[in-house]
Amino acid sequence: MAQAHPILEKSGFNPDRKLKIVGSSPVKHDGIDKVTGRAKFGADMFLPGMLVGKILRSPHPHAIIKSIDISAAEKLPGVKAVICRDDFPEIKAGSADGDMTRNAMAREKALYDGHPVAAVAATSESIAKEALKLIKVDYEILPHVIDPVEAMKPDAPILHPHLRTKGIKDNDKATNVVERHELNMGDAAAGFAEADVIVEREFDTKPMHQGYIEPQACVASTTEDGQIDLWCCTQAPWVFRDRLSNILKIETAKIRVQQSEMGGGFGGKTGFYPEPIAIQLSRKAKRPVKIMLTRNEVFRATGPVSGTKSRIKMGCKKDGTITAAEAELIFQTGAFTGSAFTNAPQAMFTRYALKNVKTTSYEVVSNRPKVNSFRAPCVPQIVFGVEGVVDEMARKIGMDPIDFRLKNAAVEGYKTIYGDVFGPIGFVQTLEAAKKCDHYTSPVPPGQGRGVAAGFWFNRGGETAATLNIGIDGSVTLILGTTDVAGSRISISMMAAEELGIPVDKVRAVMADTHSLGFNRVTAGSRTTFSTGMVIIDSARKAIGELCRRAAGIWGVSEDAVTFEDGFCKPASANVGNFEPLSIAQIAAKTMASHGAIAGHSEMNVTGAGPGFGLHIVDVAVDKETGRVDVKRYTVVEDAGKAIHRLQVEGQFQGGAVQGIGWALNEEYYYGEDGRMQNPSFLDYRMPVASDVPMIDTEIVEIPNPRHPYGLRGVGEVPVVPTMAAIANAVGQVIGVRPQSLPMSPPKILKLIEEHKAKNGG
Amino acid sequence: MAKKYHVTTTVNGDEYEYLCEPQQTLLDILRDELTLTGTKEGCATGDCGACTVMVDGVMVCSCLVLAVETDGCKVETIEGMAQGDKLHPLQQKFLELNGTQCGICTPGILIAARELLKRNPDPTESEIRYWLAGNLCRCTGYDKIIRSVQAAAKEMRGG
Repeated sequence: MAQAHPILEKSGFNPDRKLKIVGSSPVKHDGIDKVTGRAKFGADMFLPGMLVGKILRSPHPHAIIKSIDISAAEKLPGVKAVICRDDFPEIKAGSADGDMTRNAMAREKALYDGHPVAAVAATSESIAKEALKLIKVDYEILPHVIDPVEAMKPDAPILHPHLRTKGIKDNDKATNVVERHELNMGDAAAGFAEADVIVEREFDTKPMHQGYIEPQACVASTTEDGQIDLWCCTQAPWVFRDRLSNILKIETAKIRVQQSEMGGGFGGKTGFYPEPIAIQLSRKAKRPVKIMLTRNEVFRATGPVSGTKSRIKMGCKKDGTITAAEAELIFQTGAFTGSAFTNAPQAMFTRYALKNVKTTSYEVVSNRPKVNSFRAPCVPQIVFGVEGVVDEMARKIGMDPIDFRLKNAAVEGYKTIYGDVFGPIGFVQTLEAAKKCDHYTSPVPPGQGRGVAAGFWFNRGGETAATLNIGIDGSVTLILGTTDVAGSRISISMMAAEELGIPVDKVRAVMADTHSLGFNRVTAGSRTTFSTGMVIIDSARKAIGELCRRAAGIWGVSEDAVTFEDGFCKPASANVGNFEPLSIAQIAAKTMASHGAIAGHSEMNVTGAGPGFGLHIVDVAVDKETGRVDVKRYTVVEDAGKAIHRLQVEGQFQGGAVQGIGWALNEEYYYGEDGRMQNPSFLDYRMPVASDVPMIDTEIVEIPNPRHPYGLRGVGEVPVVPTMAAIANAVGQVIGVRPQSLPMSPPKILKLIEEHKAKNGG
Repeated sequence: MAKKYHVTTTVNGDEYEYLCEPQQTLLDILRDELTLTGTKEGCATGDCGACTVMVDGVMVCSCLVLAVETDGCKVETIEGMAQGDKLHPLQQKFLELNGTQCGICTPGILIAARELLKRNPDPTESEIRYWLAGNLCRCTGYDKIIRSVQAAAKEMRGG
C-alpha cells in the first residue's frame, strides 16, 4: 500500500490563518466569455468537413427489434454513414458494459420510448432527417410497464430475461427487481417499543428531469488509423473515455475527450448519450460528426431522476428523543440499473443521532429512460417523506420543529449507519443559525404556512489530478481535470492565489482534455472545489518548495534557510544573511532559462470530505380555489465549512432551492397508455421561471472541515435535499393535511383540500 | 435537396449574404452559417429563451423565426452587446454579482434584460421577473439574475 498523501494526513488547516482571497467574491475569469457569447459549449464546435448526425429512436416502449434495414438510407445522396446495433461490438447483456452499450444503441429490444435504434451522418441536417425516414425497423411490440410497483408484480412484462434479484434467496426467476438492499443499525423493534409517539406514512415522488438548458451535444472526429477526438459537454471526461474504450473496444490512449463549457449538468451529464453514436458514425464516415440532441430527445432519452414509493415509520419519546426509524423504499431506475439508490438508506435519517434503524430498499427496472444522477442522487425524494414524519412527530408532542431537530441532531463522534464516524460537523450550528435568522423569527404572514426541513449529504472526494505552472513573469496557469459546472474554476484559482500570495487575477485555469492529466473522477457529489482545490493547494506547495530551492541557490544558502511568505521567498532568520525578499516573478525571471520551468503537480485519491447539513425555511400561500401553491419567502441555511467564493456558494444554495421548488410543485413525466412520454417539451414540462419564485435568502454557516487546508465542505448537493419536504410541511400548515405525493400540483392539492374538508364535516 | 433561398441580413451592423433552406430558422443560420454561436439553442420551440435576439427592434426567439423572413432585416445578438472594450452595464453587473453560473442562458437573458431597461429604466422586482419569465435558467434560482438587472438599471439611471 502506498502511503497516504501528506496533505490528506495533515491539511495544515489553521483557524487563525488570515486569509486574503479565500472568502471574497472576485469576478470569475470565465465570466467574460459567458456574458459576451464567446464561451464554447457542446454545440459550439465546428470542424472542417463536419457532418450532421441524427438519431432514429424507438417509438415503442418495449419491442423486439426483429430487423433493421439501412440500405435505402445509405443510398440517399449526402448520406455518409448509417449505423445501428451491428456497428457496436457485442457485449454480454447484464454486465455494466453490456447495459451501457445497449442504452447507447438498442440491440435485442427497444426498452423505452426514445431508445436509439439507428443513426445517420449526412452533409446537412435536412438530409440526415430525410435519411432517418428511410430506415426500416421491424418491431415486434411487447407489453410494457411504466410504474415501478406494477413492474414488481409477478406477471409484469419482463425487460431483461437474464435479470435476477440481488440480495434475495431463491432468485431463479426472471424479474424486474434489480436488487433488494437492507441497511440496518441497532434494534428497530426495541426502539419502537420505547416510543410514546409513532408516525407511519406512505409517500410517492415522480421522476423529474435535471433540466439543464444545454442539450447534450458533441463532435467526434476520427482518423484513418483509429485515433478519436471527442468534444462534448460532460461532467466526466475520463469516465467517458474509459467507458467508451470498454464498449467500443478502443485503447484509452486513442480517445481524447475534451470537455466543452458545461451548460448545466446537475448529474445528468455524468453518463454518455450521443457520444458513442457520433464516434461510430465518424469512424464509418471518416469525417467529423456533430450530434446535438433536441429537447424532445433530452426528455425522452436522458436523465431523469428516480421516482419513488416509500413507507416511513418513526417513533419518539415525549421529550422528543427519536427512538427508532424504519423504511421501505422503492426506486424506479428506468430501463437499466444504476440509480445509486443505496445512497438513500445511508443518508435519509443521517443528521439525527439515531441508534435503531431498519431499512429495506428495492431498485426496479421499467420501460422508461435509464435514470441518471441529480444533486444528492436518490436522497431528496426520500427526505421529502422523512422530514414530513419528523415534523408530524414534533407537532404531536408540541415541540418547535427546529427544537425537535436540535434535540436529535447528530454531533461529532456519532457513528453513522454506513459506518463512518462524524468528525466536526455543523448540524447543530446550522439549526441554531436557522432559529435565530430573520425569517424564522418573523411572524408567519396571515393566511400563509411555514415549513422547515433539514438535509444531509456525505460530500465526496475521490481520484483527482491537476497541474500548476508558473510563468516567466510570475503569473500562474492551472490545468484542471474536473469539470467546471458552475464556477469552480474561480474558487480553485483563488486557493492557488492564496497559497502563492499573489492576486487572483494573476491566475488562469483551463479544463484539460484526457491526454493532459491522469484520471479524474466524475464531477459530482459536491467533490470538485474540495478535491481539485486540494490537489491545486498541494501543487502550489510543491511549486513553493521549488521556489525556495531556487532562492537558496541564488543566495548561496541552504534550502531550509529560506521560507515563503505572502508571495516572497525570504531568509528564514536574520542569521541567514541580509537578502532582499524575492518575488515569484523575480525567481522565475532569474532561473527559468537556466534551471527550467517551475511547476507543481499533484494527483491523489482525496479523502476527508466534510459532511454537509442544511435547514430550509419556507412560507407558502395556497389558492384554495385552484390548489396552486405560491412560494412567498425562502431561506437556505447551510454549513459550507468555509465559503471560498461567497457569491458562488450562495448561488449553489439558491439554485438548488429553486430546482427543488420545481420538483415540489410542478415537474413530472406524463406517460400515456401507449407508454410514451406525453410532455417532452419545456412548455409541458414546467420548470420554475423567474416569476414563479421569490428571492432566495441565504445564510452561510462556517464550521470548518479540518481535513481541508481552508476548512471547506462541498455545497452543491444539500441545497436540494430538504426543499420538497420544507414546502410540503408549509403547505400542510395552510390546508391542514401534509401532502404525501410529489409534485404538489394544483389538482392534487385541490383534492387534498376537498378530502380534508369532507373528513372534517366541511 | 430543398431549393435554397438567397437572403441578406444585417447582424450587429454587418451585412451577411447566405443561402438557406426554407425551413431553416434564424437560429440555425446565426449558429451554423454565420458561426455566431453566442445565441444558444435550448429547446428550438420558443419555450426557453436561450436564443433571444432582436429583429428590427423586436425581441424574438430566433428559433421561431425563419431565416428567409429576415431578408433585409437588422438583427442584434449578444456578440454586438459590448462596444469595443466597454461592456454593457448589464454584462458588467452580471459579472460582478455572479448573475451567471453555467452561462448557457446568459446571452438570451442579457438581450431580454437590455430591452426591458430600454422600455422601463426603473422596473420593480416583479416587473423584471415577469419580463424574464420567458428565459429559463436552471442554475441560479434567478436571485442573482434579478439583482444584476436591478443593479444595472440603477447604474444606467445614473446611480
